[in-house]
Amino acid sequence: MLSDNIIEIKKVNFYYGASKALTDVTMDFKKNKVTALIGPSGCGKSTLLRLLNRMNDLIDGTRVEGEVVFEDRNIYDPNVDPVEIRRRIGMVFQKPNPFPKSIFNNITYGPKLGGVKNRSELEALVEQSLKQASLWNEVKDILNQSAMMLSGGQQQRICIARALAMKPDVLLMDEPTSALDPVSTAKIEELIEELKKKYTIIIVTHNMQQAARISDYTGFFYLGKLIEYNPTEKLFTTPDVKQTEEYITGRFG
Amino acid sequence: MKWRYFKQNLFFVTVRLSAFIIALSIGAFLVYIFMNGIGAVNWDFLTLPPRDSMTKGGIMPAILGTFYLTAGAIIIALPLGVVSAIYLSEYAKQGPVIRLIRIGINCLAGVPSVVFGLFGLGLFVVFLQFGSCILSGALTLGFLILPTIIGASEEALKGVPQTFREASLGLGVSKWQTILRIVLPNALPGILTGSILGIGRAAGETAPIMFTAAAFFTAKLPTSIFDEVMALPYHVYVLATAGTHIEETRPIQYGTILVLVALVSGIDLIAIIMRSYIRKKKRW
Repeated sequence: MLSDNIIEIKKVNFYYGASKALTDVTMDFKKNKVTALIGPSGCGKSTLLRLLNRMNDLIDGTRVEGEVVFEDRNIYDPNVDPVEIRRRIGMVFQKPNPFPKSIFNNITYGPKLGGVKNRSELEALVEQSLKQASLWNEVKDILNQSAMMLSGGQQQRICIARALAMKPDVLLMDEPTSALDPVSTAKIEELIEELKKKYTIIIVTHNMQQAARISDYTGFFYLGKLIEYNPTEKLFTTPDVKQTEEYITGRFG
Repeated sequence: MKWRYFKQNLFFVTVRLSAFIIALSIGAFLVYIFMNGIGAVNWDFLTLPPRDSMTKGGIMPAILGTFYLTAGAIIIALPLGVVSAIYLSEYAKQGPVIRLIRIGINCLAGVPSVVFGLFGLGLFVVFLQFGSCILSGALTLGFLILPTIIGASEEALKGVPQTFREASLGLGVSKWQTILRIVLPNALPGILTGSILGIGRAAGETAPIMFTAAAFFTAKLPTSIFDEVMALPYHVYVLATAGTHIEETRPIQYGTILVLVALVSGIDLIAIIMRSYIRKKKRW
């Protein structure tokens, strides 16, 4: 096993009831890199992302075959606690979803329930997480106000800060900018560039320019299969598979 | 063209009229109760027990009795109802068993209240030997309002956006903690609405307490949950049907109803204020 892989997916099939959403997917995610998953709607890229921290468990009637190995353990092993996995592999969703709580309490919600009780420790964590999400300067004076009052872009950065406060190893992002304006999108993209120094980032995106701009590796999915997985530069300039080329040049999708 | 306008106007007039008729009947009902009842209500009426074969004096024991019974019913039904609703909305996997439970709850909501009274008599008063007392009455009323509270709570829980649950679970917070810290607080306004409806129903019912809690007459105030009590709706029923001075006590009957309506409205008002306060704090 190569040491720079943080997650390895091995021959995964995934079913929603009787319908198969992923077929025989095998891929590795490199540590401290940004990996983008692209493909047309319904191709299985979001399903794959949610497979990585067992968020698909929440949907009744789903079934997984194969292995998802994180730190030498298959996270679908019956002995593995999904709650534990989700602490290590954080998630940012498509639509900003802060809790109807103050900014401060949004950030401390996870750590508090994870056992951090000390007030000064929590305060330090809030400052650190908000700085990492480049939001500190905008909100440091209004930490006690509701996070619901912030703009959409700021709300999404609150959600990123909230995930970072759990000190995860991996950050999963499910189309994090699709509900945001171009300026907020640019800010999040800059942020991802900064965050990959400390975290492994796996991002689902509809926007091919975005994948080309921010990712180191890109996987192209079509009809539940991983069609091509290559360094981003290669995939977007000299793809190995004809289908990939057709998709990135806009001939279908 | 003109015909279409006519049809549209006819429709508007009809819906507006329906709404007015409802508002008007409630208004007329309240005014009628108030006009007939206010003459009997004074400080002594509210603070003294009845005397002279209940033709004079006040209704204080009945006010207190109804208060205890209603509060008891809510204390019993609210936790049980909310916990059941959490199970149904958050944990239960949809299937034949759950469908059966739901049918059961709906049936319970449609059972006539006198059946609850007989059930309470059989189970609490006789079998469990609580006797006719506050506890038996509160338990019976609690079961009566359970479907209302379960229904409203389940709707409230379902109304909490799924994205909140995902956000919490995605942070590595357990399902139970997610329900406790995120889902339940955000469902509270809706749960309160259910409680309001339950309180109104529990306070106003006569049949369920007739065999389980209510005394024809007792000047003594209850000292424990195993004491019999007077209750406002039952007091009206007794004065209006079973007494020997039915005409003579008419003003007392109206006065008692006025007090009952005021009591229920008062409790409702508190719950509505609490709800709007919580809603203001939890906007999404």
